[in-house]
Amino acid sequence: MSTSDAALAIPSPSRSFWNGDYGLRAWLTTRDHKRIAILYALGITGFFFLGGAAATLIRVNLIEPTGSLLTAETYNKAFTFHGVVMVWFFLIPSIPATLGNFLLPLMIGARDVAFPRLNLASWYLYICGGLFAVASLLAGGVDTGWTFYTPFSTMFSNSNVFLVVIGVFVTGFASILTGLNFIVTIHTLRMPRMTWYRLPLFVWTMYAVSLVMVLATPVLAMTLALIALERLAHLGIFDPALGGDPLLFQHLFWFYSHPAVYIMILPAMGVVSEIIPCFVRRRIFGYRFMTYSILAITVIGFMVWGHHMFVAGQSMYASLVFSIMSFIVAVPSAIKVFNWTATLRKGAITFEAPMLYALGFIGLFMLGGLTGLMLAAPALDIPLTDTYFVVAHFHYVMVGGSVMAYLGGIHYWWPKITGKLYSEGWARAAAILMFFGFNLTFFPQYILGYEGMPRRYHSYLPDFQVLNVLSSAGASILALAYLLPVAYLLWSLRAGAAAGNNPWNARGLEWQTTSPPPKENFLSEPIVREAYAYDEPAP
Amino acid sequence: MNVLSQNVALAASAPMVSEQYDDARQQREAATLGMWVFLATEILFFGVLFASYTILRVLYPQGFAVASRHTDMLFGTIETGVLLSSSCLIALAVRAVKLDQHRVAVWLLSATAMLGVTFLVMHGFEYYKEYTEHLIPGIDFKQPAPRAHAVELFFCLYYCITGFHSLHVTIGVIVIVVLAVRVKNATFGSQRYTYPELTALYWHLVDIVWIFVYPLLYLVGRSG
Repeated sequence: MSTSDAALAIPSPSRSFWNGDYGLRAWLTTRDHKRIAILYALGITGFFFLGGAAATLIRVNLIEPTGSLLTAETYNKAFTFHGVVMVWFFLIPSIPATLGNFLLPLMIGARDVAFPRLNLASWYLYICGGLFAVASLLAGGVDTGWTFYTPFSTMFSNSNVFLVVIGVFVTGFASILTGLNFIVTIHTLRMPRMTWYRLPLFVWTMYAVSLVMVLATPVLAMTLALIALERLAHLGIFDPALGGDPLLFQHLFWFYSHPAVYIMILPAMGVVSEIIPCFVRRRIFGYRFMTYSILAITVIGFMVWGHHMFVAGQSMYASLVFSIMSFIVAVPSAIKVFNWTATLRKGAITFEAPMLYALGFIGLFMLGGLTGLMLAAPALDIPLTDTYFVVAHFHYVMVGGSVMAYLGGIHYWWPKITGKLYSEGWARAAAILMFFGFNLTFFPQYILGYEGMPRRYHSYLPDFQVLNVLSSAGASILALAYLLPVAYLLWSLRAGAAAGNNPWNARGLEWQTTSPPPKENFLSEPIVREAYAYDEPAP
Repeated sequence: MNVLSQNVALAASAPMVSEQYDDARQQREAATLGMWVFLATEILFFGVLFASYTILRVLYPQGFAVASRHTDMLFGTIETGVLLSSSCLIALAVRAVKLDQHRVAVWLLSATAMLGVTFLVMHGFEYYKEYTEHLIPGIDFKQPAPRAHAVELFFCLYYCITGFHSLHVTIGVIVIVVLAVRVKNATFGSQRYTYPELTALYWHLVDIVWIFVYPLLYLVGRSG
């Protein structure tokens, strides 16, 4: 692109959504989905590094078998802090609330989401709930783990459980309202000719994830409210002293928290489905099957929660059914992996930073998914329950999967969001560092778990030390790899070259508007075609 | 000037379309779908309580039968009648708004809100009666063995369910009062009735939930 073209491509300052009202007040009262996405991104990044700090404490503590850095009690509080913050305040909102908020209206050619004020209200709920919970976690600490299992959480743990549960409860409503907003937006605000089967797969995953948020989160909210009531008003539905059922809590909790895994992974799949066709210059393989498998994961994902409870005392027959359903839900996930791989075949693959993240995602998600199948079989799960094997499995899915895809998406759409190009060399270096750092951190944990090291203890047998040291070493590389993007992305805001409207020569409506987009999203009506029309020239 | 004042007059009766929508029809569709999705989440909120009820009742059928005899069937039945009538009135109110009969609509909405308040007051009396009978867990619960624990579990659920439902009734009454004031100011009419319609939908949900609560807490187990 020549300099004169680049100059033309940069919108006049007043046109970009970043400009206009600069003040803090204008930002905190904005109804623009793009600004709300930026607000979410700031919050989410903050929580990510807070959760990461707790993870650092854990990994440093586990360098030596005696675990002398933290006492057993502080260690429990550290992993609870890590889990609560990472799951509820980072992973759940990460892709939907930032990239989803920013891109969903752009991708369907809308001016905003259906309910912009509700969108802003969701952010306030999120940030207030999050800060409240973090303050309570720091003030006294909670040692229940992120799952708040009864009767420990209701009868024995300290009273901060109540406060943290309230924080998570409030943030749950942010999730519900975002889901509601997205569902209505996708149904009613698609521009003319943007039919369902022309939607980018990212929008399909946003739709699916919104369904899960809307249908599962209320169950969590009510369950947490019941814990709060049991602590506050002694309405002890889960209280075993009365004959109440602590196992009921686990059922209700996992009825949400297993679908929540799909809240984390479906958007990641959507991001990867956008990135891969762009850097292969091909249509995505099996578009329709991709949409069907997204829906299949959504529906079947609601019927597998019992695989978290194989050792909790549920009936053998229930375990059998949940085990079979868990194997079945792996089929549509596998279809997606096959389709991404088939898209690569005979493509003109280039390895820009977003593509490196996407390819990393496929590899790590596959390992996470396959070990998930091992855990879906009760015969294997029973000996592996509460070992590091489980820890490694869900970190491969959530960190190796969701976080890699989130960062891939941030890199892919960064030029669109900010109008600036980051340093490609640094970005590739960070992506590669992250892949190796991640594997060094978590692959040893598979072996540790297989050898029988239990999770959630601050000390361990000396035999396990070599692998734990490897894991902690990997964690330090991973920490560096997470800090790098902060540095070069921020630097790009200052010194990055202008991105132009479509630096990747990608398809999709969001690339037809200026970078960054104007407040009203499109200055002229975008041209709608089939998704991923990489065999046709850009409009 | 003349044209301008004409436009202002038109804008008052015609629906205001927010900038993200193309036209009033699209805005109406979005609002209605949004309300239905919200109601779906409400069903799942209550679903947790109903699921808990089912499981505990299967575990302790006799205890629950004893406990449900402690509830006040007369009050429960009258409350059901009150709530069902209020649902009927708000449906008529929406029709009146659509026919531009503002006075009628305001009366009907006020009556709906009054019935809602009646429902809450009656619940208050019920709670007080249960307090005197030592039936409130956590505050004052004394029941004879051997089924005391199961009875206590029943009343834990009873207070969660009716309390949560009453919270919804309270919110509904507030929303309906606000709506009545706005109808009085002629904000709504035959051209603009999405908000009244959605308020009515919410009130019907509160009603429908009660239709399940009433037999489960007051009736089932009484006959045995």
